[in-house]
Amino acid sequence: MLPIAPSYLLYYLPLIIAIALVFGGTRHENTRLILQHAWQTGRWITGFMAVIFIIICILDWLL
Amino acid sequence: MDLLDGWESRQDKLDSPIAANSFLSQWGLKQDGEATNTKPQMTSDSKNTILVDGERIDLRNRPLAALLAWLIPGAGHFYQGRHTKGALFMVCILSAWVLGFVLGGGHVVYSSWAPGDKRWHYILQAGVGGVALPALIQANLINNATNNETGRTSEDYEPYWGGFMAPPLRPVRESQADEVSAWYARHGAGYEMGTWYTVIAGLLNILVIYDAYGGPLSIPISGRKKESGDEDEPANKETEKTAS
Repeated sequence: MLPIAPSYLLYYLPLIIAIALVFGGTRHENTRLILQHAWQTGRWITGFMAVIFIIICILDWLL
Repeated sequence: MDLLDGWESRQDKLDSPIAANSFLSQWGLKQDGEATNTKPQMTSDSKNTILVDGERIDLRNRPLAALLAWLIPGAGHFYQGRHTKGALFMVCILSAWVLGFVLGGGHVVYSSWAPGDKRWHYILQAGVGGVALPALIQANLINNATNNETGRTSEDYEPYWGGFMAPPLRPVRESQADEVSAWYARHGAGYEMGTWYTVIAGLLNILVIYDAYGGPLSIPISGRKKESGDEDEPANKETEKTAS
């Protein structure tokens, strides 16, 4: 189904960690709140990408 | 005028520790820096001191902090005494940038605006500042070694530092064998991934520069509603009414 090796998806991990932490860090000063915000950002981006991934997979299967 | 009076009275309240504590607790915050809830709050009691999440931050010389943040991610925060955030930004952004640079075989960051090779990515990669600057020196060197009429790089051209951040030899033409296509062939998807890692690191540092200059960004209204709960809704409505 995937045109690339699934191991390529691992490139996503360091990137999402960096993005989520910087997003959290630029919205709070308190470390606990930074981590909370980072966790929410990470979840949101991952969920969004998962939805897009599923849509593309369905389109690929249909067409 | 009423609004200004409100700000002045806030500043008076913050001058007294006891009054400040009760003022902060109204907003769900403690003076020792610990937040009692997740409400994002930011007020300002002087030109360079802001209050965020119950912590008083002296932004010191803002333009200097922004410049330092651009030169070395996190350096502006270290200058302001915000060491935890400085270390966080430095580790996150520089590791993303270096990882991308390595994935792309060291060829993903270069500055070029030659025909066939307009490397717009560099504008975003340069958001990381100091580490991307050698590319400008290399670009100047290759520009001087390239014939303007033929668009061909001289055979005498020798890049500095073993070709670190040096642009490809010219001419670069689409769908033809040149140095850029050789880099793509050698590193495969790593070249693309490396480019995006470095671009994203540069973009993230723009947020960090803003944070060093003006303090944390505000939370989007949608996020604020979710975090603040129902008890704030009447107040929000009142504010909306006043605004309208």
